[in-house]
Amino acid sequence: MAAVRGSRSGAVKSAAGKTSGKSPAPVIPQLTWEQIRPAAVVLVSGTESFLADRAIRQLRDLLKLEDPSLEVTDIDAASYAPGELLTMASPSLFGEPRMIRVTSVEKCTDNFILEAIDYLAYPADDTYVVLRHGGGVRGKRLLDAVRAATGDVIEVVCTELKKDTERYDFAVAEFRAAGRRVSPGAVRALVSAFSDDLAELSSACNQLVADTSDEITEATVERYYAGRVETNAFAVADSAIAGRYGESLALLRHALATGADPVPMVAAFAMKLRTMAKVLGTRGGSGQLAGQLGLAPWQIDRARRDLQGWTGEGLGRSIQMLAETDENIKGGGRDPVYSLERMIATISARGEL
Amino acid sequence: MSVWDELTGQSEAIDVFRAAASGAAAPVDHTATHASTGSGAMTHSWLITGPPGSGRSNLAYAFAAALLCRNGGCGVCADCRQVAARTHPDLAVLSTDRVIISIEEVRTLVSSSQYSPSVSRYRVMVIEDADRMAERTSNVLLKALEEPPERTVWILCAPSEADLLPTVRSRVRSVRLRVPSATDVAGLLERRDGVEPQTAVRAAREAQSHIGMAHRLATNVDARQRRASTLSVALGIRSVPDAIMGAARLLELAKADAEAITEERDAEERESTLRSLGVEPGQAVPAALRSQVKTLEEDQKRRATRSLRDGIDRILVDLLSLYRDALLIQLGAGLELINVAIQGELDALAERTEPAETLAVMDAIAIARRRISHNVTPALSLEAMLITLTHSTNRKATP
Ligand SMILES: [Zn+2]
Repeated sequence: MAAVRGSRSGAVKSAAGKTSGKSPAPVIPQLTWEQIRPAAVVLVSGTESFLADRAIRQLRDLLKLEDPSLEVTDIDAASYAPGELLTMASPSLFGEPRMIRVTSVEKCTDNFILEAIDYLAYPADDTYVVLRHGGGVRGKRLLDAVRAATGDVIEVVCTELKKDTERYDFAVAEFRAAGRRVSPGAVRALVSAFSDDLAELSSACNQLVADTSDEITEATVERYYAGRVETNAFAVADSAIAGRYGESLALLRHALATGADPVPMVAAFAMKLRTMAKVLGTRGGSGQLAGQLGLAPWQIDRARRDLQGWTGEGLGRSIQMLAETDENIKGGGRDPVYSLERMIATISARGEL
Repeated sequence: MSVWDELTGQSEAIDVFRAAASGAAAPVDHTATHASTGSGAMTHSWLITGPPGSGRSNLAYAFAAALLCRNGGCGVCADCRQVAARTHPDLAVLSTDRVIISIEEVRTLVSSSQYSPSVSRYRVMVIEDADRMAERTSNVLLKALEEPPERTVWILCAPSEADLLPTVRSRVRSVRLRVPSATDVAGLLERRDGVEPQTAVRAAREAQSHIGMAHRLATNVDARQRRASTLSVALGIRSVPDAIMGAARLLELAKADAEAITEERDAEERESTLRSLGVEPGQAVPAALRSQVKTLEEDQKRRATRSLRDGIDRILVDLLSLYRDALLIQLGAGLELINVAIQGELDALAERTEPAETLAVMDAIAIARRRISHNVTPALSLEAMLITLTHSTNRKATP
């Protein structure tokens, strides 16, 4: 029974991401992740990296849409080579717009801090610099300078969604984006089952959208995620898909021993293999493919990693095995545990048994 | 005009019921009918069997009308119209969109079968899906079937006699319908619905003589388009990614089809319910009748879930016809094809695959139908099925 738990966060901390304890109030616009928009410098702050990734991808897609010739480059601020930022921001031969994504600003070198502060005063034309700062005190000087900047600079605050109401709104938005109707009870049940990880909550929403066709109700959620099986189910699937047979089998047994239902177990596998099959053989950036495949860019990136060592035929055999297992489990008769173990054997051999 | 006109390809069965109805219309004479089991005798318990779309329930209601109408089933009088709308006071109907008929439903029906008719000569009890009764439920019926009140007639419908318990079978008189020929069905579409001969023949064939489906294909462009898309999805599959995308597309098609059918049927039902309550179309429903309309709407909502499964099953039947055609070509059977309209593509399919592979695909379709009926996730069932289509491609590519 997925009893709906109330909000566990009685006292909510002030928005994370603003690490500036006694810093002056920011003068630049502060936006939420879905409000991200192009600016010469975009600071993406906050500890919720799932939302930060999503916001940055969204910005990239937007810029790419405006001008397909957009050049995207990445800088790792933790291993920053002096002069890198200016080199990448200097105008190219054909004048394409540039997006420079700087990761790990929370671990940046001193050189980067100095050069980035300089850059704030003289940003390059047609260039969008995204600074991803995942929280912490390192780089505080830079953050203060960014927040006090007077030019075309914005901050996108990706605070961890600590409150159940925030996660509730997030899940509602996920279903709305997919054009699906969902009952408030279903959202509450989901939010309470996935209170730990926003990425898992998002993928659970996606799974329900993919696997069901009617309005999503509390009963639907219960069927899939009763007893918080979900995390276990995805862990079992991840490890089998990566070819770790022994580990996957152990995780399965543990999950079943702690009351996991076999049905959502198969559903988690199905969701992952289905995504891999859609992504198999595709080329091009995940942002570009997202609309075409009906997937989020992060799902595409993840599927590409998961596809290591897999062939189309192996994937085909594995999906057929899932259908057979689902029938064995739902039709009763056969031993569900045996069916699941056989499924894991096939999948961790990447369907090449 | 009469209630028998709209039935097709079932002349033997119609003769049986016509004779029974006209015998029943004669003055009831106990001494004459008591010992007689001859063809003219009135039997009180009937079973109509036949495959889906053969017109089982149409025939059941035609017979009901013939028994309840003062003119033997004229098709135009108030009695006949009330039977058509399932609102005749002496007609009790048990039809379900659920998988199982509950024992309470049957108990209620049995007790209402004990009443005398209120306006007609008979009281007619129809159970549309008698195969959906569990054994315990069937047992509730036995006594009622065996010794119904003088003026009560039971009509049960089921796909086949084997779907009923022997104890029920032995208490009813069975009338078996056959699958009407495509020509019969096309003839009906021309006669009854004024469909062009060419369209009628194609629809009858593609619907494999399922009367309701043939009517839809003949009169609804969207339904035709969805059927054509279904076949072309299958024909276009070469790889596992194709199969996954194809399954999603098939689900969309099934959903659209189910929604269209549900909408049409709901609107028709609502209109006929309102009419039977004396409310003209467009008029506001009087407060006193609102609860009845609400009950109907709730029933309609409940069955929407089932209709998607039915929609998927229709798609699978269409796909089965595609590979059945391919197999006939591969075997040089020279039999008439169902999907003549895409003969060119069928020839190409037959050419690039082996008969054994076609059979494997047909098996895969049958397995998908079984799985969906066992509640396996529809997407997963269709994906597994369509992946089978990639096997022949792989084999030919790497000999
Ligand atoms: Zn009449």
